[in-house]
Amino acid sequence: MNTELLERVRERLAGEGREAALAHGLLAVQLPRDALLDTVRVLKESFGFDLFLDVTAVDWPEREARFDVVFHFYSTRDHVRVRLKTAVTEVDPEVDSLVPLYGSAAFMERECHDMYGIRFRGNADLRPILLYEGFEGHPLRKDYPKDREQPLVRYRE
Amino acid sequence: MRDTEETLPNPVRPAFETPSTEDGVIVNIGPSHPATHGTLQIIAELSGEKVVRADVHCGYLHRGFEKECEAHTWHTLIPYVDRLNYCSALINDFAYCDAVETLMGVEITPRTRYLRTLLSEYSRIADHMTCIAASVMELGAMTAFLYLMTIRDWIYEHLADLTGARVTYSYGRIGGLAHDLPDGWLKRLEEILDEYEEYIGRIHGLMDRNRIFIDRTRDVGVISTKDAIHWGFTGPILRSTGAPRDLRRDTPYLAYGELDFEVPVGINGDNYDRYYVRMREMDESVYMIRQLIEMLPEGPINVDDRRCTLPEKERVYTEIESLINHFKLVIDGPQVPAGEVYRAHEAANGELGFFLVSDGTGRPHKVHARAPSFVHMGGLHKLLEGYQFADIISTFGTVNMIGGECDR
Amino acid sequence: MNPGHEKTGAFEYLTTRKDELVGWARKFSIFPYPFVTACCAMEFMSVSSTMYDTDRFGAALPRFSPRQSDLMMVVGTITHKQAPILKKVYEQMCEPKWVMAFGVCATSGGFYQNYAALQGIDRIIPVDVYIPGCPPRPESVIDGIMQLQDKIANARHPIVNEKF
Repeated sequence: MNTELLERVRERLAGEGREAALAHGLLAVQLPRDALLDTVRVLKESFGFDLFLDVTAVDWPEREARFDVVFHFYSTRDHVRVRLKTAVTEVDPEVDSLVPLYGSAAFMERECHDMYGIRFRGNADLRPILLYEGFEGHPLRKDYPKDREQPLVRYRE
Repeated sequence: MRDTEETLPNPVRPAFETPSTEDGVIVNIGPSHPATHGTLQIIAELSGEKVVRADVHCGYLHRGFEKECEAHTWHTLIPYVDRLNYCSALINDFAYCDAVETLMGVEITPRTRYLRTLLSEYSRIADHMTCIAASVMELGAMTAFLYLMTIRDWIYEHLADLTGARVTYSYGRIGGLAHDLPDGWLKRLEEILDEYEEYIGRIHGLMDRNRIFIDRTRDVGVISTKDAIHWGFTGPILRSTGAPRDLRRDTPYLAYGELDFEVPVGINGDNYDRYYVRMREMDESVYMIRQLIEMLPEGPINVDDRRCTLPEKERVYTEIESLINHFKLVIDGPQVPAGEVYRAHEAANGELGFFLVSDGTGRPHKVHARAPSFVHMGGLHKLLEGYQFADIISTFGTVNMIGGECDR
Repeated sequence: MNPGHEKTGAFEYLTTRKDELVGWARKFSIFPYPFVTACCAMEFMSVSSTMYDTDRFGAALPRFSPRQSDLMMVVGTITHKQAPILKKVYEQMCEPKWVMAFGVCATSGGFYQNYAALQGIDRIIPVDVYIPGCPPRPESVIDGIMQLQDKIANARHPIVNEKF
């Protein structure tokens, strides 16, 4: 692993409310949500993180800012990974969309919207992708019961 | 409950309902269609025979993997992990176990490390075979399909000797494996590898210079390296564009750092290259397996760590500490320290990553699988637009969408 | 009977009931429609290829149009999103038709007891034969096909009426 490079990224990103630390082989950065798009732009343009791997969320129901939105990036040149994490509240679960920077973000943001109800500002197409039209609620939220079914077809007697 | 006796509801909303030009036609393909050997729906706008726009819908196999994981202990969710990419279940097992072990700080024994590498490569062969068999069959090559299925069945039976199941193995364990190799397993493995070489020679003979096959696949579904990375493609699709990106080489895990192997790449990034990259990768896997058979050390397969490994049966029956230990591990599951981890392995389709969040208990707070197929579906329309309608079949075949990991 | 032929003594003529005759004919001309979704597809491929070869039982040739098939093999998990499609395909099939639940997910939802999976396809369509296993071994699939053939052979066939 190229720790020297990650160290440089860490120095560049530290400050402005961002906290960065090396953990389990990648650089984990905690940042305020307004800084997201700028940070990703720095990562992509200055450090060559060209592969957008993943976006998902983590639900902490007891916290004020209930959801952590988690992004993973990979540099195909230097073979290192960065994780960005930003917290949003249940009332206003909105972060900036990464679709302008990475095409692959479109589908993954749709999935995250399905599962957690996170809205991505700038992604115009948040139709259900893994779920279906008419599904109410967000199944991966901790308060959604695991076995609450919403059938589309009426059952036989 | 909705009243749906007469009109069944449409589970998806298409991105476009009217054609953009006057002679355009909107055609629906899937989700149950001979050309989509998975549950995928493509809504395409055609102009003549050409695909102008494509709207890809997946999720027909969304089985609630992540929600289900949160209801299980770290150990008992392994069968669910198996059913992500069911063509190569062992790779999923080992990637997941690796992630949990990283979080726990467990280092696996040398024998397990080599065995996992060997079995990953063996699974990769089975996976690529399934992909090639299905995609060439859809192009009409039934003989090649039957040859590949024969050898794949031998592999399945051979793995069933080891694990007890043909497709979904549940063989990985946190800190090791379910059990060691049975007697004579490696001997049979060498026999199968020899048979493999003979059969794969026949496939090369049937397909490589076959005019029909070349016409259906050459310069069809082309993507450039830059676009492939932009749309998140990894694995054989990215390598077919000429980029030698392979996690086994770039960030070596398990025993890959000690092996000698090549990363085959394509030139054009078209369907033919994807077929050929997969064929070559299988050869490299065989080469790696032969090295690993030589390198495989003796020794224990499970780590001596009471946090994750069950004590031996005899001690459970004779010592109260071991009995309690066994009891705690089965009922509460291994206690994984709080934290977050992301570990990625090079699965047969690309980067398979597990993002785990533990709150320090025996059950995961979150398990997220970064599945290559799902990301590939996000960029599939780039491979379809501008080509003929019939090319959807060959492109979809070589992309190798696996419903289990795509929809999870 | 051709009078010029010498009598061999065996099977010169057969007596049977019309129902049995139709059942016997039908049980060897099964045209399956594979409704393939998940892991069980791997075993479905094995079942229909060289090693196991369901062709031997007169049930090999998959018809990819529901209107030309009479056995629907539901291979793999059916989710609530998929359910309307399954129902629609079933309704498009012509009588007589049979349904096979291939694997535990189609049978009962399997170990996916959650919001997404349909807990058994018999909640929306009738099922004739269930094959257990996750996924079932090819032998159990062949056993399932043979049980279905017995069921067909022993059933009443309503085309047998006073005109026939």
